[in-house]
Amino acid sequence: MSSDALTIQTAKAVDRPWLETVHEWVITVDHKRLGILYILFALLFLVIGGLEATIMRIQLMRPHLNFVSPQVFNRMFTMHGTTMIFFVAMPILFGFANYFVPIMVGARDMAFPRLNAFSFWLTAFGGFLLYFSFLGGFGLYGAGNAPDVGWWAYAPLTARAFSPGHSSDYWTISLLVSGLGSIGTAINIIATILCLRCPGMKLSRMPLFAWMNMVMSGMVLIAITPLSAAQIMLLVDRYLGGHFFDTQAGGSATIWMHFFWIFGHPEVYILIIPCFAFVSEIVPVFSRKPIFGYPVMVGATVCIAFVSMSVWAHHMFTIGMNSYGNSFFALTTMVVGVPTGIKIFNWLGTMWGGKIIFKTPMLFCIAFLFQFLIAGLTGVMLGVAPFNWQLSGSYFVVAHFHYVIVGGILFAVFAAFYYWYPKITGRMLNESLGKLHFWLFLIGFHLTFDIMHIPGILGMPRRIYTYEPGRGWDIWNLLCTIGTFLQGIAVLIFVANLIISYFKGPKAGNDPWDAWTLEWLVSSPPPDYNFATIPTVASRRPLWDRKHPEDPDNLYE
Amino acid sequence: METLTRMNSASHNANRSSLVGRLARSLVSLVGILLTAGFSAASQSQDNPIPNIFETHSTPADAIRHLSFFVLIVTGAIFLVVFSLLTYIVVKYGNRESGDGREPPQVYGSTQIELAWTVIPVLIVVVLFLATARVIHAIQDAPKPATAVDVIAIGHQFWWEFRYPALGIVTANELHIPVSGPAHPTPTFLKLLSADTDHSFWVPQLAGKTDLIPNRVNEMWLDPHVTGIFLGQCAQYCGTQHAKMLLQVFVESPDAFQAWASAQKASDTQTSFTQVAATHGENEISGKRIFETTACVNCHTVAGTPATGRFGPDLTHLMSRRTIAAGAAKNTADNLRLWIENPGAIKPGSLMPAMQLSKTDLDALVRYLETLR
Repeated sequence: MSSDALTIQTAKAVDRPWLETVHEWVITVDHKRLGILYILFALLFLVIGGLEATIMRIQLMRPHLNFVSPQVFNRMFTMHGTTMIFFVAMPILFGFANYFVPIMVGARDMAFPRLNAFSFWLTAFGGFLLYFSFLGGFGLYGAGNAPDVGWWAYAPLTARAFSPGHSSDYWTISLLVSGLGSIGTAINIIATILCLRCPGMKLSRMPLFAWMNMVMSGMVLIAITPLSAAQIMLLVDRYLGGHFFDTQAGGSATIWMHFFWIFGHPEVYILIIPCFAFVSEIVPVFSRKPIFGYPVMVGATVCIAFVSMSVWAHHMFTIGMNSYGNSFFALTTMVVGVPTGIKIFNWLGTMWGGKIIFKTPMLFCIAFLFQFLIAGLTGVMLGVAPFNWQLSGSYFVVAHFHYVIVGGILFAVFAAFYYWYPKITGRMLNESLGKLHFWLFLIGFHLTFDIMHIPGILGMPRRIYTYEPGRGWDIWNLLCTIGTFLQGIAVLIFVANLIISYFKGPKAGNDPWDAWTLEWLVSSPPPDYNFATIPTVASRRPLWDRKHPEDPDNLYE
Repeated sequence: METLTRMNSASHNANRSSLVGRLARSLVSLVGILLTAGFSAASQSQDNPIPNIFETHSTPADAIRHLSFFVLIVTGAIFLVVFSLLTYIVVKYGNRESGDGREPPQVYGSTQIELAWTVIPVLIVVVLFLATARVIHAIQDAPKPATAVDVIAIGHQFWWEFRYPALGIVTANELHIPVSGPAHPTPTFLKLLSADTDHSFWVPQLAGKTDLIPNRVNEMWLDPHVTGIFLGQCAQYCGTQHAKMLLQVFVESPDAFQAWASAQKASDTQTSFTQVAATHGENEISGKRIFETTACVNCHTVAGTPATGRFGPDLTHLMSRRTIAAGAAKNTADNLRLWIENPGAIKPGSLMPAMQLSKTDLDALVRYLETLR
């Protein structure tokens, strides 16, 4: 083990001017540094998006409150959704993929390092452009207005007639730009995996993390293009005399919906599949067993990628499709639930008969399993088209997708942080603070999002800045808001842990979790070049083989 | 002997499964009732203050409710099975003591188990889909009886226009429809259009929602079985005041509906100045003059007068409505006055302009509007 972990000593430049360090980070093409930049960028926007959510929840705490005006509220939900999807979830997942895909496949860097850097900076530019709208976007109500058309920007609300000024253009252009960044990173991930795997690493020996990020990248290449196309068409409508979506001139509002949701549905699978990757790496290590059913996990993920392209109009059950259209999309929606749901069984199968270690990464994964189960089941309910006619556009849907995104994606992301932070920084995160973060966030999450299903059932639509008293919604809204504060405190504890542990955390060493994939072979943090000598692998768990030479995996896989 | 046993066991099974079904349905209903327990007191009366999707009074909503109970039972069962497994695993295999530091048996998979847990969900999907398709067709492809009431609903930013083409009625925000009994069904069939952006018509206790999309005609139907007032609101974000685009559906007995319709059809007998002068005073006349010589007529219609604007609600029978501004305020003189003087105080961002009238003009105008019964 020690010979493989041999690191070539580099001169430590302790007395370098800080500006030189900043410059180094700005011009870096190293996948590890770009990964960290993506993650830090996403964390910043997580806090901002969380503030936007808190503002909304305070406004909705009681009926007819005046905490913010309707105009500000509408900007809040638009910015919150856009930020969280495009500038928190996507970057954080690309960040972890960027850092770990090359190392896990035994490569020195991504296939196209400069494209990698360019993609990050496109995403970063998109994020800052969107937020510049608060200062510069002359909108419906005077100078300085962020978009207020919802994160789907339905036509014809985005037409010049209904959204004068430039606020919705900030939405359009910032996403167009960051979408190009996503495509660049997706190309990189696929090329790296297909071309730069180390000797012995057949595709069937790749960690699931690599497989799932490759599938996700393929989906990005297919799904982002309809969104970009629609955004260009929208710009043509607004500035070049087009009428694609201009219903006053015979254009179609529903065609925007189709374009958007052909992107939008695969997008949510793009977000969850890397989280499946995290869970598929962490659960085996903390159950001390290999993943149960590796081939089916791969097959099911590929299956999801294809089927998820056929379900998009379940976001459009209420737009007046005929019964055949509604039946078709109800069917495909239920079908895609099968490969998604059986993954839960595979993870349970991994834990069965194992020795489960309740460290923070595993706690977040167990909560993920519980919450993803529930989110999937409410998703099945929403796939039943007639039930959807009641539930869509209501707080039930808001509760459902936050269950997936917060209860699923964010919990998995937290697990990934606690698991890989030692590798990235060389120090362990504080376990007590981690457990505090977990329990506080768990309670806050459930208080807010379990309860949130109820106002939806009682008829409360979404995207409303206030509501009428006496409809039975008041108490539930108040409880949801309280949960928000608990989650906020938990996230602040998490950020504090990140910062304190960076300076004071115990040294991690190469392999603090006794894990089995290639990143644990090298030092923490890894050297610039990742591996002194490119390793050769003979199974899916190369470190298991090295630690148990009498019982190597390749005999049993 | 053998046949007897088999028949007995068959009926025994039938009794058991229906008992389970009944128990499950009661459990779900109980949950539904508990959810609204604290708030149901008033719902015994004409008013249905809580638009609960499980407290339905119309065939489409009933059909959805029954289907949803079935779906809840299925998903509930799946949840119980998987949650129990997860709990068992965490309890049994968590923090296991093992002094020798050895790893547990390394199991890589099992084809039979994976096949089983794939096939069973596929079967569940088939069953769910068949149940779903049935209800989709039942609701969407329901034939329209000759006795149906036709309504055209047009969504505006931020109010509802309702037209009854067969009856020659145009009104706003408050939908009056007759109750529909099995003996003499009089369902209401709505055509849904939009004048501007996307909206959605959602009155949970009467039907699922259907969107109003510009440049597109959608259709839906309701057949309320009981009289009363049912609440809803726009359910598709349509702009700044989406939150205050409220709906009230007044389900009335056939006689009451006829009476309402006749009153609405009656063209305003007091359309000319002489007629107004005959029954009202200076203020009302002055108000009528103000109405007809300022921008009011650009947006509003009062039947029989020069006011033929279609951008805003029809005001011919304004005082027959309980609320103004699509439910944002009660229809009182004070609110009317405030609405005209400063709509932003009631509904900031609505498309009603502040009319910049003097105090006396405003008073007169409100007096006039109050004659529009």
